Amino acid sequence: MIIAPRLKLFKNNPFAWRRSDVTGNVQSEVAALLGQQESEILGDWLRTQMTDPRRSHLLDEKEVRRQSGEFLSLLRTAVQSGRADDITAREWDELRRLLEDLSRGRARLGLSPSQTAMFIFSLKESLYPRLRAAFGTDADRLSSSLSLVNQLLDRLGLYTTEIFQKGREEVISRQQQEMLELSTPVVELWEGILALPLIGTLDSARTQVVMENLLQRIVDTGAGIAIIDITGVPTVDTLVAQHLLKTVAAARLMGADCIISGIRPQIAQTIVHLGVELQDVVTKATLADALSVAMRRLGLAVQKTAGAAGKPPVARAADGPELA
Amino acid sequence: MERIPILKMGDSLLVSIQVDMHDRLAMTLQDDLTGKIVATRAKGVLIDISSLEVVDSFIGRMLANIAAMARILDARTVVVGMRPAVAITLVELGLSLTGVRTALNVEKGMELIKRTADSEDERGGSRAS
Repeated sequence: MIIAPRLKLFKNNPFAWRRSDVTGNVQSEVAALLGQQESEILGDWLRTQMTDPRRSHLLDEKEVRRQSGEFLSLLRTAVQSGRADDITAREWDELRRLLEDLSRGRARLGLSPSQTAMFIFSLKESLYPRLRAAFGTDADRLSSSLSLVNQLLDRLGLYTTEIFQKGREEVISRQQQEMLELSTPVVELWEGILALPLIGTLDSARTQVVMENLLQRIVDTGAGIAIIDITGVPTVDTLVAQHLLKTVAAARLMGADCIISGIRPQIAQTIVHLGVELQDVVTKATLADALSVAMRRLGLAVQKTAGAAGKPPVARAADGPELA
Repeated sequence: MERIPILKMGDSLLVSIQVDMHDRLAMTLQDDLTGKIVATRAKGVLIDISSLEVVDSFIGRMLANIAAMARILDARTVVVGMRPAVAITLVELGLSLTGVRTALNVEKGMELIKRTADSEDERGGSRAS
């Protein structure tokens, strides 16, 4: 109700009307040109692509031919629709889908984004002479048609680069997620004793995952003691120490005691120099020490049996006479 | 009015929180529990929060307060069955409940209360002798 009169006003504006008329004209003329000379343009374009020195030998010629042909016909329909100003419009859906497939496919082949974008930019070379031949006498229309084609192909080229980038980012974020899951195993050393060997730098996101995993395992196994081994943590700064203390506090709230083990000499020095308070936490130099503390707390003891301790000497004694 | 039941088991009081805590309920529990500790001369208080899904800073503080009050009335408090998500939340809120003892489940909690009582008896005995 409100929009209709405004639209009418806009249409009455002589400037807007004339401008859209000119660009509309150029658009339809370019579309007509694309339609009439489609096969010649395609031939030219393919020749340019094939003779490009930067062309990758990985590309299949038949595939390029198919993609180029499809691209040209879709481009023509899209330009004909009169929405050359906005490639995000619905009329460009099919063309964008083609470019997405093409960009992903080329990324998978290991091509660089510029090699992918060149697919589109190389079309300019075959289009410009034809535009000149068609509008050569009319400077106005020539320049506006050139700028139309130029802008359009630039945008489409950038679009392929964007898709390429997005694909890469997806791969990176997936790998990050996988690494997070891989790097936080919680192992049961003994009934009631869990160990959490940490490897790599601890940041907030990782601590969160570590904490959740550990607490969930405490619930699942009913363990009373958890050993956090930081042998594989390269550096401990105040933030990492704080993350560790948080994990210890959360485990304590659940009713499990934590022991931190695997503290290397340099890390002990850093912790003291930074003034981090680890007073309430039991710390041990090695995982073995931590395990023996944990076992003692659970009332368990490891004992050497006479058989195992006696075996090597017995074996040696048996070997002796044979050698002699 | 809604109340959380407090059960007596030997020398200990057992509180199992099965509903979502709101502030009024928490205050009532605090009153009831301190009253009951005095009335029964309990030596231990076990609070089971395994069904509690949401613990805010108020409830966290209330747990710490109950533990401190019980301590003054000569009873040890053990909080059992805290969920991982709740534990993480409390730590992030900066409430690590340092004065409260914790255990994984009711069974271990009762064991802990018994053990503390025993060791205190021993200490008391040795001091007397």
